[in-house]
Formats: sequence, structure tokens, C-alpha cells
Amino acid sequence: METGHEIREAIARRDRSAEEVTRAALDAIGRVEPSLRAYITLLPERALAKAREVDAKIAKGEPVGKLAGVPTAVKDLFCLKDALTTCGSKILANFKPPFSSTVVERLDSADAVIVGKTNMDEFAMGSSCENSAFFPTRNPYDLEGVPGGSSGGSASTVGARSVPLAVGTDTGGSIREPASFCNIVGVKPTYGRVSRYGMIAFASSLDQAGPMTADVRDAADLLGAIAGFDPMDSTSVDVPVPDYGVGLRDDLKGVRIGIVRDFEDSIAVDPKMAKLYKDAYEDLRKLGATFVDVTLPHAKYGLATYYLIAPAECSSNLARYDGTRYGVRVDGDADVYAMFDKTRTAGFGDEVKRRIVLGTYALCSGYYDAYYVRAQKVRTLMKHDFDTAFAACDVIACPAVSCPPFELGAKSDPVAMYLMDYFTIPMSLAGIPAMSVPGGFVDGLPVGLQICAPAFEEARMLAVAHAYEQATRHAAKLQPVVS
Amino acid sequence: MSAALETVIGLEVHVELSTKSKMFCGCLNEFGADPNTHVCPVCLGMPGTLPVINKRAVEFLCKAGFALECTVAPFSKFDRKNYFYPDMPKNYQISQYDMPLTTGGRVVLPSGKAIRLNRIHLEEDTGKNVHAGGHMTTSEATLIDYNRAGVPLMEIVSEPEIGSPDEAEQYLMVLRDVMLYIGVSDVKMHEGSLRCDANVSIRPLGTKELGTKTEIKNMNSFKSVVAALEHEISRQHACVASGERIVQETRGWDEVRGLTYSMRSKEQAHDYRYFPDPDLPPLSLDEATLASWRSELPELPAQRRERFITQYGIPQYDANVLTQSRFDADYFEAVASASGDPKQASNWLMGDVRKSLEAHGLTLSTSKMTPAALGELISMVKGGAITGRAAKEVCDVLVAAGGDPKAIVEQRGLAQVSDESAIVAIVDKVIAAQAESVAAYKGGKAKALDFIVGQVMRESRGRANVDVVKRLLMERLG
Ligand SMILES: [Zn+2]
Repeated sequence: METGHEIREAIARRDRSAEEVTRAALDAIGRVEPSLRAYITLLPERALAKAREVDAKIAKGEPVGKLAGVPTAVKDLFCLKDALTTCGSKILANFKPPFSSTVVERLDSADAVIVGKTNMDEFAMGSSCENSAFFPTRNPYDLEGVPGGSSGGSASTVGARSVPLAVGTDTGGSIREPASFCNIVGVKPTYGRVSRYGMIAFASSLDQAGPMTADVRDAADLLGAIAGFDPMDSTSVDVPVPDYGVGLRDDLKGVRIGIVRDFEDSIAVDPKMAKLYKDAYEDLRKLGATFVDVTLPHAKYGLATYYLIAPAECSSNLARYDGTRYGVRVDGDADVYAMFDKTRTAGFGDEVKRRIVLGTYALCSGYYDAYYVRAQKVRTLMKHDFDTAFAACDVIACPAVSCPPFELGAKSDPVAMYLMDYFTIPMSLAGIPAMSVPGGFVDGLPVGLQICAPAFEEARMLAVAHAYEQATRHAAKLQPVVS
Repeated sequence: MSAALETVIGLEVHVELSTKSKMFCGCLNEFGADPNTHVCPVCLGMPGTLPVINKRAVEFLCKAGFALECTVAPFSKFDRKNYFYPDMPKNYQISQYDMPLTTGGRVVLPSGKAIRLNRIHLEEDTGKNVHAGGHMTTSEATLIDYNRAGVPLMEIVSEPEIGSPDEAEQYLMVLRDVMLYIGVSDVKMHEGSLRCDANVSIRPLGTKELGTKTEIKNMNSFKSVVAALEHEISRQHACVASGERIVQETRGWDEVRGLTYSMRSKEQAHDYRYFPDPDLPPLSLDEATLASWRSELPELPAQRRERFITQYGIPQYDANVLTQSRFDADYFEAVASASGDPKQASNWLMGDVRKSLEAHGLTLSTSKMTPAALGELISMVKGGAITGRAAKEVCDVLVAAGGDPKAIVEQRGLAQVSDESAIVAIVDKVIAAQAESVAAYKGGKAKALDFIVGQVMRESRGRANVDVVKRLLMERLG
């Protein structure tokens, strides 16, 4: 399948109908789904109804949305009215929300065709999609490999070229790491750029929805469709949304790119990975960019900081799942607290429980100052690190991951899994935009290059990524093993 | 030894704010609706939903703060108070922990004693558990009504400076009057829009250090606050007398049995794991907004009471009663202005109007009598158009059914009669009929005259000009 913008143009020219495109996408998904298992729920009726609605508008010459007729997948933590929304958890295995998230509403009004809800690590906690309560999703470039996580289903279905667009969420790397693993573009916007309303929370101060797409132009279009202030989300920011597609560039003349010294030492541990990134920077230089050394002195505390703040927020956010009002209930034999206990014991997986316990502990009186308050202070220092760095450069280029996709079951130690987010967490803590764009291959598997920009400078970041993508065209060099 | 102990009480008062919508969503804030009809995904704590601050609730709280002389913080924040309870949809309550909207302030009791406030903060109310088929211990099932979940609630925390159950009651009454005046709550304790917990301890008279306190909950009327505090204080006195240690704990008030009972001890106390709510950015209020809210405050009960005494020359007691509600005070001022006689306005409202209202089961706000009508009635009495006695009848009609006093007077033929020829006949008739009283009067019993005057008035249906009656009688009886 082509890119989203190619499909949109073909539909606008009436070369193909949205219904034809949708059927083709549903067929493509159907062919590979037995081996990938990217979806928790497929929505063929809804998709076809939307496609016919788009076709009717075009037939009548009415204006259509910016994503008219483009097949789009959404991670299964975006509430979609009357459709199963599980968040990858048994505790919400039967949950059909009575309302839609703002992201879904904006996709609908952009006339995107939502084809299904993608698999994910339970409550977005994980880096491999193996923490899904239902089944793991496979990497379309290596069926023994993981697609990354937590937005693994979204990455896998776009990587398999079943659909050109998907929406994921990123808390500490959950868009960028799977995008890197699946040879696609993944964008984590500035915190506050995209509304969180109706997006099931993991860590409220870090969660951010963003595009996972076939190419940078699609990411620009999709971000433009879902971004913007939402009165329903008090943390969304009222900054105008530019047309991200307009500023995309083909060269990097005059662009100052920051290279993070602290990260170069870390990536040097794996010579193959180090070489890949060295080559990537060289490609950027060839496009006319100049380089500046920058340092992020507090980046090394990123993981520790993140694993205090995110679990603390999650321990509170996930308290509502008690079996009383919605979701799965396991009746207790004694009082209501017994019902809470049994429901939560049966409903949550190990990783979720681990983080709830961790976060509960971090917030306890007596530990709160030493852990949560201290972590917030480090977070402020990390923001200052980036402010200082961006005073000297326009964007930062750095590794997205420390390794290519690994095999299922390879990382049984939770801390080894947490380390997967080493290069992505600092940007999440600072709230700045960051993305992964296909950067080449190690051992024949995809690896992404990370590009980050100051807050609300997504256009600048996308422009640089676009120039790099057009010059290197890594994504097209490797075909999925399924199709 | 118990004679040398003094009582120390601190009150935590929860007041539901009477905003149109809830604290963090658009649902109606209304008491008494069918269960679970004022709910939405946000106040049910559905996955993915987010709170949005109701600015009106912030305004109401700040106004309460200004009225109670608090310092209003231009910068505050909301925190999550984490604990599991089935009537709390998110299993945390959005509240304010270390940066409340107001600090300081005071409540001045009628005695002049000021109780200092610690803080007032804004939070969301919880839902309500309903034990189907009666009491918690016997019912088959617990049902939850979430209509109240998310209703804006302010918590007013006093310093431990209240010295007796009576003072506690006065404190609550002053708070209630102020809230009604500024119109931020209907403060009905029986509907739960005013709720109160008390911290109680005793200590040797004259010492500074606080004794071990107990927290009393479940008091649902001013009367039960007084009763619960009286009971708890005597329980603590008994503990001390018998050498028992007072345990720091939460105790419930059992209205039926008239005693407090242990609910949970300090060891079982929750760790609420407060932390700033990441869904809500800190709240900042600019000076102009705060200044405009402050300027919108009406005159408060205490100020108005003083003004009534000095401006209208009415007694302290009358001023207290007339200023208890803003409606009554406004009503009084309207009658005073319409009649041009504030003292008579006060006399009527404190006397005959009150009696009629009670007789008809009405209040000034539910009666159809307008201040203009009462004012006119007072003028009619002063101008001699009607006797005081007939005016009482008119007043009763006004209270019960409203209307125009002149029309009522005309309709009922109650105009005062001053024409001698009309009164002479009645006077003669009464003298003839009341021979005994006449004899008594002539024999030196001056009081008998009053009785005879009364009889003449009765015979005239209250219309006869009493001065004319008296003169005619004197002429005839010497
Ligand atoms: Zn609501």
C-alpha cells in the first residue's frame, strides 16, 4: 500500500473510491493478521460506513477533511464510543465507553477511516507489546522479533504496510521505540500539543498521542489533524497549529544540529549501532547541516526519574479500576474491599502491579520528599539541559534506541526492558517534541534516528526529518516478511 | 480534678457550593434528583476523562474567603487525595493539600470572640452510598448514587479555639449566615450542603499544650453537634477522672443512642499519598479578578447589624433577628423606606407580622406580602386612616394572601371612624350594658375604664377612633 497522502490524492482525483481503498486495507490486514496480531478489535463496518460517507461527499462535490478516505489505526487506549476499548488489559476486557476521545473525534472530522484498535502493552507499560493481556504482536520484519512497545500494534500494522496511518501514545518512548523497530516514522509531539481527553491515562504528566506513519509527510498531515487546544483537557496548550506539510524541506542548509555527547558514549557500547548513527549524522551533514556538540548532564538520571514519576501517577490513575462502575468485576466473598482486591488481582498483569506498587511506595508519606519531590526537581533540571542545548542548535539528532528489534521473550528482566527507553525518556520528561525516522539497518533489522526540537517546534523537527528521509529512503530498502 | 479542665474544639466544616454545574464537569449541581441522573463520563471517573476547573466555584470560595477576612492566594494548586472508597469514582479525591485557595481569616461570634481560621480549600464531593433495605449491617446490597460526586465543596478549617459546644453552635450559625448572605451555598445541614466534623480535646485550665484529641463525625444538625460535643467532653472528663488514657481516634456520633463510638484509631489512619494533580495546571488568579470579586461582596450580617442599630435606632435584639438572613434584612429596609418609620417597621416585623407568618406556616420570603404593602399599612395607621387594631387584621390578610392594604380596608369596611355622632350611640349603648363596670369606675377603680373602652372598640369592630371614645366616656362618666 502507498502512503496516506498518495491515497488521499487518488481519492480526491476520483481514481479510486474511499470504499475501494478501505476494502483493500481490510484485506491487507486480514492477510497478515494471523501472523502479526496487530489488532485487538477490527472495525470493518464502521470503516466501510465512513468510507461510503467520504465517497458520497466527493460525489456531491462537498468539501472533505484533510485525511479523507485514508485507512487509519488507533491504539486501543483511545476511547471510541460503543466500541471495545481495552487498553490491553483484562480489567477493561469488556469496556465500551459511552464517549469518544478527542483524537478519535478529530480523526472522524478529518474524514480518516478508522479500521481498528491496535494491540499494546497493558496500560501502555512496556517496550515490546509482550505485556498485552491478550497476545503479543509480531514484528513485520522478523516474526520472531517484537514490534516494540507500548504502541506495538500500531507500529506493526503500519510497518507491514497494511495501513499508512496509525495513532500511538508515548510516555517514555512508546511511539519512538516501536517506530524504530518497525521501519516507520513515529512522532511524540510537545506535551500539551494533542488533547489527552478520552485517552486512557498511564502517567498523566508524560502521556502524549502522536502519529505513527509510512513517511514524514503523513506524520505531518496526521499531526495537523489531531493537534490543537481542547477545552476538555486543561493541560492542552492553546498554541496555533501550523500546516506542518508546508514547511517540509529537502535540504538542511543553515540548520544547526546538536549531537549529544553523553549519548555518544552510551551508544559506543555497540559498535554496529554506533556506526549506524555515525552514518546517519554524515547523511545529515551532506544535506548541508552543521553540527554542534551539546550535553545533557542530567540525562543519565532520566530512567530513575521516570520510574518514580510515571509509576506514582499510574498508581493513582489506575485506582479507579475496582470493578464498581465499569470493566471486569470479580465479586468478593466479604465486603466491597474484597471485591476491589479480587478484581484488581485478577484484572491487572504483573508489570502493571509492579508499577502500582512502586508508585504507591514513592508517594507514601515519609518517602514522598525523597522520591517524588526529588524526581520532579531532576525533571526541571532536565528541561534546563534542553533549554541550554537548544540555545546552541536548532534540533538535536541522537539515537532512538540502543539496539534493533529483539526476540520475543529475550528481555525477561524488567530493568533490561526499562533500559530500552534510555534515549527517549529525557525528551518525555522535558515535554519536548521528538520523533524517530527510519535510519538504516543493523543485522538486517530496522533502526530509527531520533530528532528532537524545542517545545512546539514540531514543524522544524519534521522539516529536518523529511530532508533526511528523502535523501536516504531507508524505509523502502527493506520489505516486510509478511504481505 | 475535673473542675480545672478546659475544652478545646476545632471544627472542619464542609460547605457545598451552589454553582449551577459540578466542580470539574458540566453536570447539574442539584439536590434531590433521581439517583444517577446528574452524571457523565467525567464525574463517573471513566477511563480517559479529565477534570476542568469550574471558575464559578473558585469565585464562590474566594468570596467566602473575603467575607471571612482570609488571605486569598493568587497562586494555588489542586492535589489528589488517594484512598479507596466505593462512592468515590476515581478512588482519589481532587482536593487542595499544601497550597489552599485561602489561609487565615476569622469568624466573629455574637459575643465578640473571634475564632481564627486555618484555611479554606476547594475540593470535589463524593457520591452517596445507599444501603438498600435499611441499615448498613442488615441490608442485602449497597447502591451508589453519583449525583453528588463532583459537586464543589469547600472545607473551612478553624484553629482549635472554640471553647464550648455553645460556641461551636454559634460559630456554625455565623458561618451559615455569611454563606447565605454572599449567596454561595444554601447551607442546609439536613440536605448535607453543610457538614461538620469536630476535633475535641481537654486540658488543664491555663495550659498551652493541646490534649489528645478525638475527631467526631456524623453530626447532621446544629443540635446534634451540640449534643455530640457535650457527650464527648463528658466522656473525656470521665476518662481523666478514672485515670484512663484518651486515645487519638475518629469517633462517630450515634444520634439514636446519644453517644460517640470509636470508628478507627490513629494507627489505622489513611496515608492519603497526596501529590499535585497532573491533570490540572496550577491555578493563578490575577489581582483584577480578585478585586472585582471582592467588590461584589454584599454588606455582611455583622456590619449590617451595627448599621441597623446606629442608622435606624432599633434595639440590638431586633437588629440581630432582622439581619439573620439577607432576604429579611433587605425586606426590613424596604419597609422602613416605604413607611418612613424604621422603628415601626421593626416593631411590625418583630411582632404582628411574625405572629401571622407563624400562624400561616410562612416566612417573609414565601409570603405574598410585599414590603411596599406593609409600608403603606404602617403609614395608614400613622395617618389615622385605620386603627392599630384593624391594621392587625389587614396585616394578617396581607401575610396570607397578599394584596393592597387600601383595597382590603375598603372591602372589609375597616376605615377608622372619628365622627362623634357615630361613636356616641355605641358609647351610650355600652354604658347601659356595662352597669357594673361603670359603677366600679365611679367607685374609684380607674382600671375599669380600660375595660369599657375595650368594649366600645369591640362594638365598633376596631374602627372607632380610640381618642374620641375615651373623651366621650370621660364626659359621660365624670
Ligand atoms: Zn459530570
